[in-house]
Amino acid sequence: MMESATVELGALAIALKVRNLNFFYGSFQGLKGINLDIAHRHVTAFIGPSGCGKSTLLRTFNRMYDLYPGQRAEGEILFQGKNLLDKKHDVNLVRAKIGMVFQTPTPFPMTIDDNLAFGVRLYENLSKSEMDARVEWALKKGALWNEVKDKLLQSGLSLSGGQQQRLCIARTIAVKPEIVLFDEPTSALDPISTAKIEELINELKHEYTIAIVTHNMQKAARISDFTAFMYLGDMVEFGKTDELFVKPKVIKTEEYITGRFG
Amino acid sequence: MANTLYTRRVWTNRIGILLSMFAMAFGLTALLWILWTLISNGFAALNGDFFTQDTPAPGSEGGGLSNAIVGSLLMLGVTTFVSTPIGILAGIFLAEYGDRSRFAKITRFITDIMLSAPSIVIGLFVYALAVATLGGFSGWAGSAALSLIAIPVVLRTTENMLLLVPTALREAAFSLGAPRWKVSLDVTLRAVKSGVVTGVLLAIARVTGETAPLLFTALNNQFMNLDMSQPMGNLPVVIYQFAMSPYENWQQLAWGGALLIALMVLAINIGTRILFRQTDLKQ
Repeated sequence: MMESATVELGALAIALKVRNLNFFYGSFQGLKGINLDIAHRHVTAFIGPSGCGKSTLLRTFNRMYDLYPGQRAEGEILFQGKNLLDKKHDVNLVRAKIGMVFQTPTPFPMTIDDNLAFGVRLYENLSKSEMDARVEWALKKGALWNEVKDKLLQSGLSLSGGQQQRLCIARTIAVKPEIVLFDEPTSALDPISTAKIEELINELKHEYTIAIVTHNMQKAARISDFTAFMYLGDMVEFGKTDELFVKPKVIKTEEYITGRFG
Repeated sequence: MANTLYTRRVWTNRIGILLSMFAMAFGLTALLWILWTLISNGFAALNGDFFTQDTPAPGSEGGGLSNAIVGSLLMLGVTTFVSTPIGILAGIFLAEYGDRSRFAKITRFITDIMLSAPSIVIGLFVYALAVATLGGFSGWAGSAALSLIAIPVVLRTTENMLLLVPTALREAAFSLGAPRWKVSLDVTLRAVKSGVVTGVLLAIARVTGETAPLLFTALNNQFMNLDMSQPMGNLPVVIYQFAMSPYENWQQLAWGGALLIALMVLAINIGTRILFRQTDLKQ
């Protein structure tokens, strides 16, 4: 199946190349020999039942697992020609290029303005006016500008849940990453906020490479260009979303998307 | 009959409530009794002289506690100044850096011992280490002893507060490419700042009334003294000496001092409650 995946992507530029990736939580193997290409400026969705390794896989892309002793990854994830799993690769620089949005909204305990500026200040030395422009630009990208432009100095915690999540997306965009990882970004939100964020992801894919983990198959079908189905740490099937949902090549995939397990 | 079971439960409930009300009344009575004794005996002493005059010599009339009040405030100030950064930074280390390392485990264990160590032991330790070797009792030594009591309190509160920060908040800061020190200081510590300030205030409240550590370190001084390298007057030791004395004006001042300390601790605790109510962890 992997060959077919690479063939499908053949014409497209590739943002991330995952090769023979194994992941371990202590002695438990969470990912087993994953091979995958993530297309540049497209949306790739990861689906599968709980515990299948989809979040684990996403968290290898920005080496989030590095924070926890006992978790380790083997293999290659090629980003801009280099293996980002390589310990010599500065993990903070990787994360500045590959942003992440989490399941629960995570505004920092500071003003909306500072929330946006936090990441930018880490790597860029902008003047006050340049920073203001960047904050406005990112908030517009996050479809939040109109709602918060008059209260930039209020706490980020004062926003509603859906607004907080768009603030987090804007904060990630503000750093100007190449890739944005979404880890079930709407599972803690109401349907209206969810719709807004899906719409937002749809717009962002023209400028950013997006990888999204979701347990909601309709959502994967709606917003993604490519879908990967994972099960028990294996990449079962990977292909164009339209094809994978309409005529899956593997029986396990068919069973899952038709709701026979999971 | 089904009703007997129900009746029995009703009565068990009533007895349970009665017993706990009784226990509460017992505790509250003791507390109010102490407060009332302090106020009825000490309130008369809280006049102008109390705050402006030095402690009186044996046999002389009147007098106040100004030297002891100033000495106590100075030492508490230095204690706060020293123990706040050390306690907070050590707490950050344990919560954000140490994780499961051996060094962190040992530090946690020692902190637990320090939290329950009798304060007289800490007083003796500073006495043996600083007073006996460097020649003399001093305000610095007093502050050192108080800091040794305050640091573990600040440390433990800071660590516990930081451990309450949701993992996702920490990961979100890391996901922007922030180095660990920046995540700790700008995001997680900020998220729990009122809790940490509460810890500092509780530590101050805890050491405000400590007598034993000061007996061996700051000793006492019957004159106003602003030099931290000299023996220093302080409320707890003055209360201890004056309450046991035969002079009536001394006993009166001791009651006043005790009331003042109680009021200071009360004020700090009320401040803590107000601060804690507006906690930042609204996630």
